[in-house]
Amino acid sequence: MAEKLLEIKNLKQHFHVGKGNTVKAVDGITFDIYKGETLGLVGESGCGKSTTGRTIIRLYDATDGQVLFNGEDVHGKKSAKELKKFNRKMQMIFQDPYASLNPRMTVADIIAEGIDIHGLAKDKKERMEKVYELLETVGLNKEHANRYPHEFSGGQRQRIGIARALAVDPDFIIADEPISALDVSIQAQVVNLMKKLQREKGLTYLFIAHDLSMVKYISDRIGVMYFGKLVELASAEDLYNNPMHPYTRSLLSAIPLPDPDTERTRKRVSYDPKVHNYSDNEQIEMREIVPGHYVYCSEKEAQTYKAQYVK
Amino acid sequence: MEKILEVKDLEVSFQTYGGSVKAVRGVSFDLHKGETLAIVGESGSGKSVTSQTIMKLIPMPPGKITGGQILFNGDDIVPKTEKQMEKIRGKEISMIFQDPMTSLNPTMKIGTQIMEGLIKHQNMSKQAAKTRAVELLNLVGIPMPERRVNQYPHEFSGGMRQRAMIAIALAANPKLLIADEPTTALDVTIQAQILDLMKDLQSKMDTSIIFITHDLGVVANVADRVAVMYAGQIVEMGTVDEIFYDPRHPYTWGLLASMPSLDNDNKAELAAIPGTPPDLTNPPKGDAFAARNQYALAIDFEEEPPMYQISETHFAKTWLLHPDAPKVEPPEAVKNRMRQLSSTFDQAVLVKEGK
Repeated sequence: MAEKLLEIKNLKQHFHVGKGNTVKAVDGITFDIYKGETLGLVGESGCGKSTTGRTIIRLYDATDGQVLFNGEDVHGKKSAKELKKFNRKMQMIFQDPYASLNPRMTVADIIAEGIDIHGLAKDKKERMEKVYELLETVGLNKEHANRYPHEFSGGQRQRIGIARALAVDPDFIIADEPISALDVSIQAQVVNLMKKLQREKGLTYLFIAHDLSMVKYISDRIGVMYFGKLVELASAEDLYNNPMHPYTRSLLSAIPLPDPDTERTRKRVSYDPKVHNYSDNEQIEMREIVPGHYVYCSEKEAQTYKAQYVK
Repeated sequence: MEKILEVKDLEVSFQTYGGSVKAVRGVSFDLHKGETLAIVGESGSGKSVTSQTIMKLIPMPPGKITGGQILFNGDDIVPKTEKQMEKIRGKEISMIFQDPMTSLNPTMKIGTQIMEGLIKHQNMSKQAAKTRAVELLNLVGIPMPERRVNQYPHEFSGGMRQRAMIAIALAANPKLLIADEPTTALDVTIQAQILDLMKDLQSKMDTSIIFITHDLGVVANVADRVAVMYAGQIVEMGTVDEIFYDPRHPYTWGLLASMPSLDNDNKAELAAIPGTPPDLTNPPKGDAFAARNQYALAIDFEEEPPMYQISETHFAKTWLLHPDAPKVEPPEAVKNRMRQLSSTFDQAVLVKEGK
């Protein structure tokens, strides 16, 4: 794959929770996102995957580390104008389509808010035309523009959220669990829509989710997070066929599959961080085991993983 | 096998300003002892209302059971009063809810919440109830139960809370356990633990379980039999193998095809079911699924399909099984999983006239 769109370098996000305690929600993660790809980020709740997404888009100020978007530091000092320019290029789709749309604004105003702020429409007519076009793109129609969010179902609201993100013509979209709150039959509709938009507009996605089968379907590469660390990063297929980190293995072994025969013979692997048994002088870091497949491990483990790898 | 629950032609509706919503429209099923029945369907399909009606937990009014019977151990619970129901709830039938944070009382210790049912239904002394509460916490796999009984729900993690809920539900050795999306709010790893726990406890206590979920993976894991609900009706019912390897209803096909498969590296578009479920204030004429169904026949828009029987245990409510119906090919993803099952009849048999 070609150009790097986003470089995340040793990103840290620590929260002060009072009494001198800090929660290390994201604790030094490094990865790149290439132009036009979908990077999936999975892990259990509380592992820091959502925080990672929110820090990348500057909803939180990073404690340490860098996020480079097209080579430019996202967290650096910015004038209001620069910030505006940057905000246009990066957008977010949220998990809860009920809480993320203002109930007192019409759909047209919700979608056009970005258009107004960035002055992307010359006059009212052009603004409405843009709104109609966006509604059509996400599979809704013109008549929906003057309605309010409560008049829509969950799947339709998520489409409105997507239209809002697309309004300012972004390059990069962070989708934080965009389908978790939706029904199975509607999930497929939204995922298909996201894929279609990616093909047509050359978008880059960071797709955060805990539904592993959907993540595998939509992602080119997948990162697995555990307690604020990125423990494994590989192409979607390689990760499923050759999981190396014991946590990834345990995660994969727990996915319920819609197939009674495999379920009857399922062997679940549990993960205990003690299995690593690291000694104090060992360097634990992201190591490339095979090209494009990174695992957070010690030198000794890296050797074992390499030996076990089967193509 | 002994039948523990028989639901016959159950109809439930809710009075709202917009008119009466017919949430459950003629649902019938049986449940045997020690069996797990999974009810699947999307939100608004009536699966939760059905199960809450079995415990008579729906608010009445606005809710109303407009028809049908619920026989629990041969005894109809529909006419029972609130007082009589209190003897059944928690003792004979228990429920596990989806969201453990909102269904546990945040101001009561976990131990006290478990003891409540024991003291009420089994006339235990406080002392004995507490000992039993510790045992139950131990049984559901909570470490250090002696300390945990004195803690409050906020001191528990999500998975631990769900275990505590299971402990409460099992306190009085119920004969029937209704689990309404018990793992939807949990992570996959925790989900797998809770499912294992439920199966383990079921085999020890011989409880029957009604398991409500929209996750087909979970269904394949826990269920003996599956009922697929759509718009307040059961559209297909059968053993877990029949539903996953020989589905007959186009809605079941749609559900199965819309899930990406893990070992399939095919990046083709997912077969989504178009549109949204119908408004049950005015259920559509004919088959409620017709408008979203690519296999819909002309008659689907006119007349509701009757129930057809495909094997001793397999039923489906679709005109496609009518002898004169054209032969259709299910979607690719479903065809790949189809198998010939030995118990299938040569010809689908009409069992009930549609209304």
